[in-house]
Amino acid sequence: MSKERDLLLDKYSSRIFKNRKSHITQLEFGENPDEITANTRAIPGIITARGCCYAGCKGVVVGPVKDSVVITHGPIGCAFYSWGTRRNKAKSSYEGEPNFVPYSFCTDMRASDIVFGGEKKLEEGIDEIMQLFHPKCIFICSTCPIGLIGDDVQAVAKRVEEKYGITAIGYSCEGYKGVSQSAGHHIANNGLMRYVIGKGEEAPKGKYSVNILGEYNIGGDGWEQERILKKIGYEVVSVFTGDGSYETLKNSHLADLNLVMCHRSINYIAEMMKTKYGVDWLKVNFIGVGATSKSLRMMAKYFDDPELTRRTEEVIAEELAEINEDMEFYKSKLKGKTAGIFVGGSRSHHYQMLLRDFGMETTIAGYEFAHRDDYEGREIIPQIKADADSKNIEEISVERAVGYDDRYTVEELVSLRSQGVELDTYDGMIKDMKEGYMVVDDYNMFETDQLIDQYKPDIFFSGIKDKYAIQHGGVVSRQMHSYDYSGPYAGFRGAVNFGRDVTMSLYTNAWSLVKPPWKTMPMLEGTLGGAG
Amino acid sequence: MLELTPKEIMENRHMTINPCKTCEPVGAMFCALGAEKCMPHSHGSQGCCSYHRTVLSRHFKEPAIASSSSFTEGASVFGGRSNVTTAVKNVFDIYKPDIMAIHTTCLSETIGDDVGSYIMDMEIPEGKTVLYASTPSYEGSHIQGFSNMMIGFMKYMTKKTGTPNGKVAIFPGWVNPGDDRELKRIAGLMGAEYIYFPDHDGTLDHPMNGKNEYFHDNAGTKAKDIEALGDCEKLISMGIYCSLEPSEHLKKEYKVPFSNIPVPVGVKLTDQYILELQKFTKKEVPKELEDERGRLVDLMLDSHQYVYKKKAAIYGDPDIVYGFTALCLELGMTPKYIITGTPKAHWEKEIKELMDQYGVDESEYVVKADTDLFYLHQLIKNESVDLLLGSSYGKQIGKAEDIPLVRMGFPVLDRYGNPIQATVGYAGAIRYTEKIVDAMMDRKDRDAADEDFDVVM
Repeated sequence: MSKERDLLLDKYSSRIFKNRKSHITQLEFGENPDEITANTRAIPGIITARGCCYAGCKGVVVGPVKDSVVITHGPIGCAFYSWGTRRNKAKSSYEGEPNFVPYSFCTDMRASDIVFGGEKKLEEGIDEIMQLFHPKCIFICSTCPIGLIGDDVQAVAKRVEEKYGITAIGYSCEGYKGVSQSAGHHIANNGLMRYVIGKGEEAPKGKYSVNILGEYNIGGDGWEQERILKKIGYEVVSVFTGDGSYETLKNSHLADLNLVMCHRSINYIAEMMKTKYGVDWLKVNFIGVGATSKSLRMMAKYFDDPELTRRTEEVIAEELAEINEDMEFYKSKLKGKTAGIFVGGSRSHHYQMLLRDFGMETTIAGYEFAHRDDYEGREIIPQIKADADSKNIEEISVERAVGYDDRYTVEELVSLRSQGVELDTYDGMIKDMKEGYMVVDDYNMFETDQLIDQYKPDIFFSGIKDKYAIQHGGVVSRQMHSYDYSGPYAGFRGAVNFGRDVTMSLYTNAWSLVKPPWKTMPMLEGTLGGAG
Repeated sequence: MLELTPKEIMENRHMTINPCKTCEPVGAMFCALGAEKCMPHSHGSQGCCSYHRTVLSRHFKEPAIASSSSFTEGASVFGGRSNVTTAVKNVFDIYKPDIMAIHTTCLSETIGDDVGSYIMDMEIPEGKTVLYASTPSYEGSHIQGFSNMMIGFMKYMTKKTGTPNGKVAIFPGWVNPGDDRELKRIAGLMGAEYIYFPDHDGTLDHPMNGKNEYFHDNAGTKAKDIEALGDCEKLISMGIYCSLEPSEHLKKEYKVPFSNIPVPVGVKLTDQYILELQKFTKKEVPKELEDERGRLVDLMLDSHQYVYKKKAAIYGDPDIVYGFTALCLELGMTPKYIITGTPKAHWEKEIKELMDQYGVDESEYVVKADTDLFYLHQLIKNESVDLLLGSSYGKQIGKAEDIPLVRMGFPVLDRYGNPIQATVGYAGAIRYTEKIVDAMMDRKDRDAADEDFDVVM
């Protein structure tokens, strides 16, 4: 049955085999549920695609908060690499709202700062930032040396708050913490929960209000989602954190419902807001036409208002009518093709739904930094044993705040769930895949190449580090982190953009030019058979 | 765009805003990718390796393959010996390079990991090489990391047999694969037998051939050539900041004399490269090169009116910025702001000497090392320029202040085709003269009133 998996693992030495075998699952859907090991240390030297804790905290979660200054505390590199490289789009929401996303701030620590400590330089730098920009919120993100030399960024943040009366958050998100970006997401979530969410008092004005959690507005995805939601009549209070702002995040606890896009990076906040403020969360997926429609319908069901339901159906119908012709065209180009997809912690699932809209199946899928629940569903959480690396990441617990109630009783929630409203739960990627497909956790370069050889997908979605290697091998590769500088891919219109982009990558004429004509032509035409 | 940047300049800032440099390890990784069948290895958290691979891939539009020690909290406390030992074993098992070139990071340097001694204790497969260079991110910049890794290679691999090999060693500094091809072509035309190191021709611009290989045959400087550097008769090295320390190393350890010249951007600096080669080969400069030079100078004379006294802001790495300052001066332009993030104060003096050669008074320009693009933007807000010359990160300033940008140096993340073509040599100067003149003429056309919009220019 698991022929491809065995072929792959056989290529490893016994040492690596022992580690990797439980991270690679060829789906059987047998009596016992398919299992996978995840969120454990990468093997040194394996060429994992993973990044670090800082990348998860600064790069993913807090970096996009546009009206806040995000300071990288450490030597220059990390600030440089995370500057303008993630395509989390942002623009001022009103005249005069500051947008710091195009800027990179760094204490640029030198040898003497490493020896004598960098707190003073950090504080002096913050004084300058206050003088230059007077932001309302500052995030300090630590890189590797900070924890080792003992700089206390939390104490600095506290002093800054007292001195300037602003919000300042010190993050100990040193790169070596945890096993991947995932630790950084968790640390970032904790800080936002502690110091930002709940600080505001501006209640939403709309009848039904939502936050979008785990949407980073790559290529403008968040804007497309907001467009649809507003068209239906929802008020979007805040987005965590693509095009998000301190000013809106602090009011997010007053929204009616949390929509969770990227479960991995933001589920901590979703859970904590449910506990503390009684805000339910709904796992949505606005990637794919079918998935978007399904998500919108679940939302309507949650609020259970006939007018809202009617408007939802009306908008879905309008949007479908607008894209129908384009979708049919691209489907005719893409139907029957297969794909592989290796991305971070959600897209590998979400994009399978969009590919299916075009009649494409995803036979290989994997995550960079997911946990078991992202593969197998949240019901697996009680079975996950925390290892030493996970235990090093702080878990914070919250209690119900006074004056906040649940919208629905437990029984009502059970009833809603039974009607298919995916409330406070996530079923994971595997259940949406098929028998024989391959699921790989913390994929590496070698496995990517081997699986492409075995499965021969028509297209492989991954990141920039893999893209050009895969294409050298003759297989189209598109970047799923940055969308190859295109997008949006979310929602209805985004689906068309995606179909267009995949079609052009598969059909671009240059693919037919790879082999020079003399490699296939008989040499010395006309002289075969002997001269004269 | 960048509307929060105030005009008033804040002197002696502690906070770097919008950097014009990055950290040492990426330079080491880039250098190591210029050796044949070499796996660069990052001894630190895996995020470093991912970031470096990403920026290199985005610049070259090619895979930048490298491995990591994947530090966790435990390794950061107890040291990374077991991580790097395991990594070396795994990399040779799975990816099968000939060389592993390890560089350190701010993490492994701060905890004081002694990679040199770890290597001595490793079981290294027969015929394979493991070497290392110390590249603490909190010193110098990516340029220093590049330089340190060159020395790392030599320390571990270079030998002196005592029999001169009749070759000239060429250290190109941090240039693109297209430059490597051009510098080798010129050396070939001058009739020189040479060893060229590092060489990214073929490693970071590999031709599309339908094969996904981790390492390519005949791409990158061969191990035997790195070994033979010690037997070279002479070394021509380019760029003070990339190549001077490696040159001094080769001289000190192997008694190879060297000439350190600027990266040959523009006419005179290319002349200088050719003259250095000629000193070694004692051969006539071939007509082919002289004709190229003639065509370049012809182009400069033909088009001078569109660039004369145009003001340029040139920013980036010290060696390449020096070269472009020279080219701008040759074109009759005024380099107005000359900026690097690399913390080397002496560089300012070298730029001043270059400006002096053309009689440009100090009051007419600003040169500054160890600074950032925020400062450059503030300067421009006080007095604008006609042209930006530098990396992709200047595009924000270009948009904010409506100034055309001609991309050069590292990194160019937002355009294709740049690294496979030459910046250096007469060919590179022809390419960049065209780019600069085009930028100025396109601007003139864009801004022209209908009645002034000429077909003949």
